[in-house]
Amino acid sequence: MLRQSGVVAGLLVFAALTSLPVLVVVLGAFSPESDVLSWPPNFIPSRFTLENFEGLTARVPVLLQSSNSLVFAGVVTASALVLNSLAAYALARIEFRGRIAIFTVLIAIMMVPFQALLVPIYQMVSALGWVNTLAGLVIPRAADVAGIFLLRQFFITLPRDLDSAARIDGAGELRVFWSIVLPNAKPALLTMALFHFVGNWNDLLWPLIMTSDSSVRPLTAGLALLTGSATGVAPYGVMMAGSLVAIAPLVVLYLIVQRRFIEGVAMTGMKG
Amino acid sequence: MTSTAAGPTYRAPRRLGGGGPRQDNSRQIATRERGRTLRATVFLAPALAVIIAFVFVPAVLALRLSFTDASGFGEASWIGLENYVTVFSDPATVRAIVNTILYAAMYGPLVIAVGLCAALLLNRKDVPLRGFFRTIIFLPFIISMAVASLAWAFLLDPNLGLIPYWLGGLGIRMGDVFASTTWALPAVTAVAIWKSFGYFMVIFLAGLQGIPRYLYEAAILDGAGAWRQFRAVTLPGLRSTMTFVIVFAIIGAFQAFDQIYIMTQGGPDRATETIVYRIYTDGFRDFRMGFASALSYVLLAITLLLGLIQLRVGTKRERDLE
Repeated sequence: MLRQSGVVAGLLVFAALTSLPVLVVVLGAFSPESDVLSWPPNFIPSRFTLENFEGLTARVPVLLQSSNSLVFAGVVTASALVLNSLAAYALARIEFRGRIAIFTVLIAIMMVPFQALLVPIYQMVSALGWVNTLAGLVIPRAADVAGIFLLRQFFITLPRDLDSAARIDGAGELRVFWSIVLPNAKPALLTMALFHFVGNWNDLLWPLIMTSDSSVRPLTAGLALLTGSATGVAPYGVMMAGSLVAIAPLVVLYLIVQRRFIEGVAMTGMKG
Repeated sequence: MTSTAAGPTYRAPRRLGGGGPRQDNSRQIATRERGRTLRATVFLAPALAVIIAFVFVPAVLALRLSFTDASGFGEASWIGLENYVTVFSDPATVRAIVNTILYAAMYGPLVIAVGLCAALLLNRKDVPLRGFFRTIIFLPFIISMAVASLAWAFLLDPNLGLIPYWLGGLGIRMGDVFASTTWALPAVTAVAIWKSFGYFMVIFLAGLQGIPRYLYEAAILDGAGAWRQFRAVTLPGLRSTMTFVIVFAIIGAFQAFDQIYIMTQGGPDRATETIVYRIYTDGFRDFRMGFASALSYVLLAITLLLGLIQLRVGTKRERDLE
């Protein structure tokens, strides 16, 4: 009993630590600026107000940048789902020459940090005239090795009998892919999709470099520039409001699918 | 999303359509194989096109750029190894590399220890509200590092923040950590640990579930206490999980950027400049693209080296266990 309460106390400490910054953002977003700047600090706002959101919309095109984020993360996720799953299918379920060679090269590439390629990618995107465009943000990320790898690992575990039966019935490759493999791989597809959506929605460095025009910039990068040293004193209340707008859709999405998401993360880590 | 067992345990898929006639002559086999290669090519082509265009080609271009004085404007001229010489002789750049290594040395062990701790607490069957705790502890992984950085900058602000206020109540005086050359780097590291230990917790939970119960029962029969059970059963049982987690933590640590950009801008006095932060500022603020490319290749080399060493050590450890 004593032991169990110790464990619960430990977990409460962890939970408090992880949620404190989130609570601060949520409460701060609805606090008047005078609360935010007061000493001793108020954890609970003295009154609830929307003035930070007004201040935010005056400084940052929030709605536009939120929809930029949605389109950017959404299109990357959709294209990665299609391109990665096709490639993973070929690597996992078609026995062709060079399969092992291609797979080995892809594994090696997986360790290349994308930050190391930023300069030439920027120059390429710039030469194509894609800076400040959706294409420039999306196309370099339309497929990725980690996603192919994850899906391949999963596709390989699906029983062979499923597709042999379909093949005997005369199903072609695309049909086996579409109506046998994909429906059976939903957990892996969902995990990959969530990773891509969350990762791109939250990404800072890439949009920061690929966009200089605030009307095409996704929200995370838009908010980061608000905090930039150039603006001098940081308007904390406004930043909290912006942060809340930036995290709210993801937190809602997460709360809806959290079980699947956490299982998926565990799976990606463990599936050999 | 990497997995350790990728290379070694790779199994070739069994031949598809196994029900075909046995007495294929070699020409038919060759035709069939060509057919498969063609189909595979069609499936692979779109993804490989993107990867070749935006990973392979840039990797080659970065290597070439790293031997030039490219600025992003006008002609660049070939300067040989000069950028690399500068990387290792310019004190500020050396400092960024050292900072990155220090960051990784703090981040790796701590994020793994904290994640494992949380997983051990949550793995007990008798804990109430397990799902709730799991959801809350994983939450920071969903939140962008940019937002997390803002929140922590506010929480730690010496003039406004709750943490200095609460610590003050306990009689602990805390200065401005982000203005201290000693504490700024540990502080940005701590924020990164806060952000990702829930991820490691989930991976460890999955690993813990793979350890058979009877091993613990046997250990208890042998009179092993909690610590001894942990040493003798839990840790060996988590071996392959550890390999994955260490690779992941190292790769993550060498890519630190967001929280530094938001919280410290590399300061004070370059105390929080990391390799990626320098790639960003050199390449995209100061337009020293050749130099930034040389730094990129240093980052690439370090990441590859550490990843390979760990994979090798890890798979060897796994083999020894068998």
